[in-house]
Amino acid sequence: MAITPEEVRKVAYLARLLLSEDEIAEMAAQLSRILEYMEILRGVDASHVEPMAHPLELTNVFREDRVAPSLPREEALKNAPKHDGECYLVPAVLGPA
Amino acid sequence: MQRPYEIIIGLEVHVQLLTQSKLFCSCSTEFGAPPNTQTCPICIGMPGVLPMMNRRAFELGLKTACALQCEIARFTKWDRKNYYYPDLPKNYQISQYDLPLGRNGYLEIRSPETGQSKRIGIIRVHLEEDAGKSMHDERAGKADSRIDLNRCGVPLLEIVTKPDLRTPAEAKIFLQELKLLLNYLDVSDCNMQEGSLRVDANINIGVNTPEGPIPTPIVEVKNMNSFRAVERALTYEAERQYQEFLETGRRLGQVPKQTRGWDEEAELTRPQRTKEESSDYRYFPEPDLVPVVVSEAEIERIRTSLGELPQLLRERLETTYGITPYDSDVLVSQGRALVQYFERVATLCGEGKLAANWVQQEVLRFLNEHQVSLDAFPLPPERLAELLIMVRDRKLDTRRGREVLARMLSTGESAEEAVASLGFVDVGDAEIEKICRLVIAQNPKTVADVKAGKIKAVGGLVGQAKKINPHVDPAKVREMCLRLIEETA
Repeated sequence: MAITPEEVRKVAYLARLLLSEDEIAEMAAQLSRILEYMEILRGVDASHVEPMAHPLELTNVFREDRVAPSLPREEALKNAPKHDGECYLVPAVLGPA
Repeated sequence: MQRPYEIIIGLEVHVQLLTQSKLFCSCSTEFGAPPNTQTCPICIGMPGVLPMMNRRAFELGLKTACALQCEIARFTKWDRKNYYYPDLPKNYQISQYDLPLGRNGYLEIRSPETGQSKRIGIIRVHLEEDAGKSMHDERAGKADSRIDLNRCGVPLLEIVTKPDLRTPAEAKIFLQELKLLLNYLDVSDCNMQEGSLRVDANINIGVNTPEGPIPTPIVEVKNMNSFRAVERALTYEAERQYQEFLETGRRLGQVPKQTRGWDEEAELTRPQRTKEESSDYRYFPEPDLVPVVVSEAEIERIRTSLGELPQLLRERLETTYGITPYDSDVLVSQGRALVQYFERVATLCGEGKLAANWVQQEVLRFLNEHQVSLDAFPLPPERLAELLIMVRDRKLDTRRGREVLARMLSTGESAEEAVASLGFVDVGDAEIEKICRLVIAQNPKTVADVKAGKIKAVGGLVGQAKKINPHVDPAKVREMCLRLIEETA
């Protein structure tokens, strides 16, 4: 199954990756090879195998609904490239969410 | 009004669950805190942290799925929904994709047009985390947007209906019924102002043609901030789609699904960004959370703990106390506490309809006027019942009953004490008959009018009787006079 440069551009955009034309061609080839490998796995008869939702056998891990102190605001904002002491500041988001 | 089209509506509702802490961390969910004071490394997506499921949030979700008659997933897991937006610091939202908590349920509503019950299908109910809040500067593009992440990670339940709703009014009724159910379950306070209930709608229309109905492209309508806005936005949008169909002839499948936002001021919907296809979210299983297995016994335990829910409660009140669907609807919509109050009063005074009238008119009026809830109502049900027994036995007429109630509320006196303080005397039937015979004898002209069919004229006799003894029950006097006049006819 061959991946087209157009499809690479689309997934790159969704992952917010900026790729050059050379990289796009390279990725298209590599992604195609990965999917070819998956095709081999598709050939295995797995009809009697339960789908695996998680690699751990563990289930039902909960915490109780109790409040604990949050981070002080200045701590939370500290790593932000830009803030006004109250909020994170980001370049204006155009149009409604 | 016959429309030249049928409307098809499905709703997507998000409700905030009533938990103390967030879905995956211990930050508070309290509304209204200063920006960015309720966050921690987990909810703001720092590297290396591990989310951990809030047991209460899970149980509230399960409770709702059970109350909506869903098939409950015995095995449920979480998935990452990937997208980039500044209010989503992890760049993915933890949600449920292919194994939601519940699916294939329904909620019954009473159709406003026909009065008939109707089942609205529920496609799925799943748990997910909320995103933060972006605040945009009025001078768009000039200044930075400000981001508050307090809401990040707050537990939400997403409830998706089948496209079973046929009118905007029906959509509103559904939302009211859903909200009531969630209130009865103590799952959510459903406060739209605080964003704890949010509604998006998918709507299209089937335009009637001789060849059968032609469906128009589906539009998702957002930004509706009240149930009234939902009704108005959907009414507008259906008509807009009809006009667009007349102009362009475009039908379902010919254009991609559009998202439009309701503009409350301008009273119209405007196009928003095109919706990404669901595969664009590149869902994959959340590796940081283990699945949850729900046992048959646990589902049974939750089912039996749901309590009496609005629809069945209404029916029971109607059959037990002989009240009308209107009465039961008003009482039940006020919540469990008022229903319990009503039931106690009705049982003690022995007349359901009388109790329903007084609770709706007098108790609710007091609560509305004073803007308080029932626990601030000064009279316990026993006290109100004492008064209603007097009214039932016609020792007090309704008007005097109200005066007695007003006095009981202001002074704290019992019904009997308030009657005495007001100087109300119960006039015996024999005394009433004596007075009636007197006024009949004194007013031959009025009696003649009544005999001639002007029943209203009897009011004059009632007035005369009240002058003779202000304590007589006007309704009793009226009945007695009419009976005596008929006897002498």
